[in-house]
Amino acid sequence: MTGSPIYREHHPKWLRPRMSTWWWLEKWAFVKFILRELSSVFVAWFVVYLLLLFRAVRDGDGAYQNFLAFSANPIVLTVNVVTLFFVVFHALTWFALAPRAMVVHIGKKKVPPFLIGVGNYGGWIMVSAGIFWFLLR
Amino acid sequence: MKPQHDVLIVGGGGAGLRAAIAVAEADPKLKTAVISKVYPMRSHTVSAEGGAAGVIAKDDSLEEHFYDTVSGGDWLCDQDAVEAFVREAPQELMRLEHWGCPWSREPDGKVAVRPFGGMKRKRTWFAADKTGFHMLHALFQTTLKYPSIERYDEWFVTKLLVDDGRVQGVVAIEIMTGRIETITAKSVILCTGGCGRVFPFTTNAAIKTGDGMALAYHAGAPLKDMEFIQYHPTGLPFTGILITEAARSEGGYLVNKDGYRYLQDYDLGKPEATPVFRAMELGPRDRLSQAFVKEMQKGRTVDTPYGQVVHLDLRHLGEKVIDTKLPFVRELCQKYQNVDPVKELIPVRPVIHYMMGGVSTDVNAATPIAGLYAAGEVACVSINGANRLGSNSLPELLVFGARAGRAAAEFARSTSDTTPAAIAQGKAEHTRLAKDFGGKRSGRERIATLREEMQKTMEHSAGIYRTRDSLAKAVTTLRDLQLRFANVVIEDQSNTFNTERLAALELSCMLDVAESMANAALLREESRGAHQRTDFPKRDDTKFLKHTMVYRQSDGSCRVEYAPVTITTLPPGERVYGKGS
Amino acid sequence: MADRITMQVSRYRPEIESDAQFEEFEVPCPKDWVVLDGLNYVKDQVDGTLSYRWSCRMGVCGSCGMMVNGEPKLTCATFLSDYAPGPVKVEPLRNFPVVRDLVVEIGDFMRKLVSVKPWIIRKEEKPISQGEYLQTPDELDEYKQYSMCINCMLCYSACPVYGLDPGFIGPAAIALAQRYNLDSRDEGAAERQEILSQHEGIWGCTFVGECTEVCPKHVDPAGAIQRYKLTAATDYMKSFILPRGRKADEAKPV
Repeated sequence: MTGSPIYREHHPKWLRPRMSTWWWLEKWAFVKFILRELSSVFVAWFVVYLLLLFRAVRDGDGAYQNFLAFSANPIVLTVNVVTLFFVVFHALTWFALAPRAMVVHIGKKKVPPFLIGVGNYGGWIMVSAGIFWFLLR
Repeated sequence: MKPQHDVLIVGGGGAGLRAAIAVAEADPKLKTAVISKVYPMRSHTVSAEGGAAGVIAKDDSLEEHFYDTVSGGDWLCDQDAVEAFVREAPQELMRLEHWGCPWSREPDGKVAVRPFGGMKRKRTWFAADKTGFHMLHALFQTTLKYPSIERYDEWFVTKLLVDDGRVQGVVAIEIMTGRIETITAKSVILCTGGCGRVFPFTTNAAIKTGDGMALAYHAGAPLKDMEFIQYHPTGLPFTGILITEAARSEGGYLVNKDGYRYLQDYDLGKPEATPVFRAMELGPRDRLSQAFVKEMQKGRTVDTPYGQVVHLDLRHLGEKVIDTKLPFVRELCQKYQNVDPVKELIPVRPVIHYMMGGVSTDVNAATPIAGLYAAGEVACVSINGANRLGSNSLPELLVFGARAGRAAAEFARSTSDTTPAAIAQGKAEHTRLAKDFGGKRSGRERIATLREEMQKTMEHSAGIYRTRDSLAKAVTTLRDLQLRFANVVIEDQSNTFNTERLAALELSCMLDVAESMANAALLREESRGAHQRTDFPKRDDTKFLKHTMVYRQSDGSCRVEYAPVTITTLPPGERVYGKGS
Repeated sequence: MADRITMQVSRYRPEIESDAQFEEFEVPCPKDWVVLDGLNYVKDQVDGTLSYRWSCRMGVCGSCGMMVNGEPKLTCATFLSDYAPGPVKVEPLRNFPVVRDLVVEIGDFMRKLVSVKPWIIRKEEKPISQGEYLQTPDELDEYKQYSMCINCMLCYSACPVYGLDPGFIGPAAIALAQRYNLDSRDEGAAERQEILSQHEGIWGCTFVGECTEVCPKHVDPAGAIQRYKLTAATDYMKSFILPRGRKADEAKPV
């Protein structure tokens, strides 16, 4: 609305209910969203854990044994299992969202979102299978 | 005192927005404003589904579009206006394409056209089955790029100020705050749409209450051809939601309770497997609605809790065709009537859809009051005559919206200041609104009761088939309702978004329009197009090849006069359909 | 099937109260009635002071959006019988200032809509006499979905980012910008980029995805925003790696 007969931009009597700090508890969809965002914290923990492993390896056998003992600690074990769950959750939600953001064209036709998802999961499974084979042979 | 605006456009639908753009393009220095009781994207143009006719096919010609329109209008159309209309329609539709309207296309990228009822050739442009929606949004979003176009969103205009032989502005209520303002302008264009809400079953939205027609009527402009109201033969019962003609042009069948394609009994050709132009289900709307009434009288229609219906059968088209060409039809049936057209029959009945009549204008959208213009459904130029062909009303918005805009811009360049008398009229209107609509706690009549009685009267007495007795009764009842309206109760005394006060104002507009319709119908003693008198079943060109003009007298009653029809190249002939013409 | 249902309707009359409160009405509940029919019944027969917006009652004008049992819905497309035995709570659309009863103020969206320049922008216009800009059905498909927006603003109500930060441009406005960016006739993507790439443009979105869930027209504004994020990010990278000659080549989104 531009100038004439003065449109009131803000009216003191309009109600503006405040959003509660716990807004994300109202809907399951919001809870899932917050969990998805939080999963990045767990990804960060795995990075830190990896760095601790690097340091232990670098510092020699004793440090490495300490690291193993540390890892075997029930609390650390639990934390790592939970972290694994969140990292998988992180990957799954990421793959679920990717087709929405990426529209791939082959010639003039759009690749259906389902195929992009298949491509992502397929790649993930193949790489994981390769790593498992490498580790277990 | 200098007027606040050069051009003030009342109504923000297809016609109003097109007019605004026309003014802005004619002269960006002119101060234009669009004032509407709803945000423009809520205007009723948004509901139109089928398409917009414009000659672009190689095997088509302006002459054929002209012939289809004039014969479809049963020769009550002003042929000079129709000539201009068929010539400008394709250009306007093309202009809209340039403004972004997503017309459906042929594989080579050119605009596609499809067949439509009453038209002999394929000339209806379409945007899937949401043509009006796409047109309105393309127009609205285009208006946003012109800084000279201002908007008054959610303001209700209650009166036109006329003095010194010309229009000087309006009085309007800001719905959000209840504030009443006099808004002065050098010219005013009415684009407020029709008045389907005077009937109980209508495709029209809640906002179609004939406000602009009543404004012009009270200002002294005549309403032309008000007796011609169009029923759309296929609307959902209860909600009145329109099932587009395109469902029939893609190949749907209309069947009665025995599954019989009953239209073949009514001089509309023989049933074929694929649609044939101007025959059977693609015949003109008035003939299809009349066939329904006759079937109902024979007892061959289906009984439902919401009245008598027939069935629209799309099952033979298959899911793929329905989902590509008619996705909205499927969505509507499922969401509002719990019916899936792919597997089931759709219950339909004739519902009020369009008003051919309206504020009388000439070919440049000018009313007899200097500076006052009208375009769109609110106006009657007349290009639709006694019966409008489907897909002619959307291009009408564009062609006459543009003409009104250009004419108003031209007029605004020359006029002078607002007269003190006009300002005084404005003040008087402020007082009247406060008195009549401000403090009504003690009234006795509920708005809804009066409205329903009016609707029942109109449907029963001024519906598809009319007689002298039914119409005379309607005239009396409506006069009585007008008097009872003085006692209406408005419980809501608030000034903030008072929709009850609005409903009362709208009801007074509807009563005025209904009265003019009943009076005009009573005096037209013939049957022509959409106006069918069982007591005068034939068309009478000697006595009634003329326009009905209804004027308001100072006591509120109607005075009916007549005006000639402009015939240029096509002398009156017989309307024939289904005979392979 | 229950005959009647209780509606708990939020009321707010600024002249006489300072906050909203609920009022209960019992309305008939036939199979075909939607929430809007219930509200109309209340207004016509019980309490004429109830204020709300509605118009087309066929889900295309976008006027009748309200919160029904905490979810943003078009009340003309929401059956009362789905909430039987009730009660069903009807409140004004969340995240907008409430003017009165069920009426909210949408001026914020209207301003944001203008700011994304939702019109065809071209360097040179073709004259009408030369006909249409050719656009194949595939090219139409690219943006068709985003052109279906009815401006009902259910997406703004569902968006927690908009609720926490009213400066966020919001789902519908960005989807409409994308509708033009992806239209083969438009050449204005670069002009829109500035407003879209700011902090309160696309980067405000954290892809909660609720906007797409509630959209009655399946516009998928969330998808539109993420696609544009990809475009904007790619363009940013390109402007570093290939700075020269980038200006002439408009930022055509993927």
